[in-house]
Amino acid sequence: MAYAAGVDVGSTQTKAVIIDESRQIVGRALIDTGANVVAAAEKAFAEALEDASIQEPEVEYVIGTGYGRYRVTFGNAQITEISCHGRGAVQMFPRTRTVVDMGGQDTKAIRVNPTGEIVDFCMNDKCAAGTGRFLGAASAALDIPLSELGGVALKAERPVRISTTCTVFAESEVLSWLGKGKKIEDILAGVHQSIAARSIGLLRRVGIDEEVTFTGGVARNIGMIDALNRGLGLKVNVSEDSIFMGALGAALFALDHIMTSRAPALSEALV
Amino acid sequence: MIFTAGIDVGSTYTKALILSDELEIVGRAINNTGFKLADLARRTFEQALNEAGLESNKVSYIIATGFGRHMVGFSDTAVTDLTASARGANFLFPNTRTILDVGGQTMKASRLDAAAKVKSFRLNDKCAAGTGAFLEKTARYMGFTTEEIGPLVATSKEAVPISGVCAVFAESEVINQLSLGAAPADIMHGAVSSLVDRSVQLMKRVQMEPAFTLIGGILRFETMARLVREHLKSEVNVPSGDMVQFTTALGAAILGQQRLKKLRESGAIV
Repeated sequence: MAYAAGVDVGSTQTKAVIIDESRQIVGRALIDTGANVVAAAEKAFAEALEDASIQEPEVEYVIGTGYGRYRVTFGNAQITEISCHGRGAVQMFPRTRTVVDMGGQDTKAIRVNPTGEIVDFCMNDKCAAGTGRFLGAASAALDIPLSELGGVALKAERPVRISTTCTVFAESEVLSWLGKGKKIEDILAGVHQSIAARSIGLLRRVGIDEEVTFTGGVARNIGMIDALNRGLGLKVNVSEDSIFMGALGAALFALDHIMTSRAPALSEALV
Repeated sequence: MIFTAGIDVGSTYTKALILSDELEIVGRAINNTGFKLADLARRTFEQALNEAGLESNKVSYIIATGFGRHMVGFSDTAVTDLTASARGANFLFPNTRTILDVGGQTMKASRLDAAAKVKSFRLNDKCAAGTGAFLEKTARYMGFTTEEIGPLVATSKEAVPISGVCAVFAESEVINQLSLGAAPADIMHGAVSSLVDRSVQLMKRVQMEPAFTLIGGILRFETMARLVREHLKSEVNVPSGDMVQFTTALGAAILGQQRLKKLRESGAIV
């Protein structure tokens, strides 16, 4: 059995996925990227190997992706995370035509064709507004763990309207709403809606075509899923493995490589 | 003696200044704005009264200004910070035609006529990259406080290029530069330099003309004024010491004296 791996080095977290020849995920790992990007990639890969209970030599091909893809020193090749998210999303939800990938520092809208190839994409690369960092700011301001924010936001009855665009100013706006006696759930719902609105703006620029698949770390946040569903008027696809979508896509590209490099040998055997 | 007060409720600091009818500053106070704007404005005013050795009933007219001016319950009237800073800058430097005001959460450029009337202005209050918050964040990523920014930058020999596109993205940029061995002082210098680039862009949009007067909390950092001077290739006026932070409150208090005089002349009050 051959294995392929994808290592997705994001700005905030590093993900590694190992798949077998039938494209099933057999091992995964998720760690904080931290300051040492090379070490983060190595550690994530080692943990995924352990999770899959296989040895490194059994993985024939490794592809690095994400902003730190060139720091995956053991990788055989690199592919942009945009291609990888598109590929992973179509693998998991074959009817995906639009992908919204929300990570720690950027949000991307990607339109794909039925084979998972990129038709168009756009991203916020100049400004952290509308990214996971906005949630990080709210989490810090309210002293609520990031993983609990979405659940709290769902309890809102009268969401506040967050007026600031900038993530830095949002932190003070959150505190000033708190000072004015607004409920935490209403403030948080406002924060989620504000991020969703900016992401939907990006999605509109590439064209929203059903189905929409939500990937990246923020896809684990139920409040954000709800805000996107409401804003878009449809139900986005979300998988438990949403955070691994880029790494999965990279692993699928790696498996492609293994299969195509084998093909000549196979045809020779047939002769 | 007739006294007036200017209360400038900024996004980051609240300033109060008390002025005599001889245009002599008799009391000043400054506090972090925080989130209880009304209480804090009151407290800052009381501290300024204390410094002046005055009771509050001795102050005949109070003008509030700054983003939180409408939260000051005890003022007689409110004016925009653009109007107040124009008056303050004109008083300190009568030749002022362009003002750059860089505060904690806003950057403002305005152009004045000879009578200190605002002819044109531009604001940046949507994005932290063009404000003091950018410097504060950059300093914090490296483990320095806001107070340490000035002394730190002063030791820098050469600026490390910092894009200054987003205060949040600056974090990765700072981490990258640190891992490449750049000195914190030089990174901070780069951050100030990118803020200066943005300031000059904003000033261009109001069709700046000399003389330039620089005010706002960020001008406490001398490097900022030096870089603006180099960038504009022109001399710039900077109020001395912490007056950079009080120029707008001073302007409000001057407007108070003028208003009072008019009211007296018209016989509305005696």
